[in-house]
Amino acid sequence: MSAKITLRQVGDVTVLDVAGRITLGEGSSHLRESIRELLGNGKKKILLNLSEVSYIDSSGIGELVSGFTSVTNQGGQLKLLNLTKRVRDLLQITKLYTVFEVFDDEAAAVRSFS
Amino acid sequence: MPENTSSDHKIIERTLDSVLESADEAEQLAVEAAGRIGFPEEELHKIGMAVRESVVNAVVHGNRYNARKKVQLSVCESEGCLTVTVSDEGEGFDVGSLPDPLAEHNLLQQSGRGIFLMRTFMDKFEVRRLARGTEVKLIKCLEGKR
Repeated sequence: MSAKITLRQVGDVTVLDVAGRITLGEGSSHLRESIRELLGNGKKKILLNLSEVSYIDSSGIGELVSGFTSVTNQGGQLKLLNLTKRVRDLLQITKLYTVFEVFDDEAAAVRSFS
Repeated sequence: MPENTSSDHKIIERTLDSVLESADEAEQLAVEAAGRIGFPEEELHKIGMAVRESVVNAVVHGNRYNARKKVQLSVCESEGCLTVTVSDEGEGFDVGSLPDPLAEHNLLQQSGRGIFLMRTFMDKFEVRRLARGTEVKLIKCLEGKR
């Protein structure tokens, strides 16, 4: 199953509930398009809920990084919520865990946006 | 699709098209073989991911999605070790010249982590230039067999 993305609005924060696999191809391009569309609509406070992401490869990691950079460059913030152990391990191995702000509690994550 | 078997030695060979779906097939074959050897669940995930990254590299960077070019996959189970070989028909690359994805100035690069993950997840990662293409060999052994 490739990535399925559902959007929710919590105050001025847009939460993307991502489920499935973020791998090269459909999964990673779907995430890229979603973030691009949000930025195009002026939504710059983005929270990626990855609790249902079963698999992410190096291209998926690249899309997370690319999304983070795009949002940051436009003066916004992109943060991560509810990482599975595998995704967390992957971000630690690649030293990206220190780059992203990561939360386990959605309310706390939403409050953290300035 | 040759499949040579003896009591402790089994080789599966496949010729894969230069499409992304080939990574799914290769990952599945490698994970099944690793499962038969007895790797635990978390190691199966790492092996599958390393093989996926290798085949994606072969399809995308090696063969550049060229339908006339193929990816050769070989999966060998032997004495507690799994050896996966992935060959493409591309121009090849110099592993030594690849940027370090963990360097501070590279952390926000979108790409360049595939080979790092293969190296991290497997016991051995070897690259060999072929007359036409590149061969990547990935080896992982059960604890106590290394």
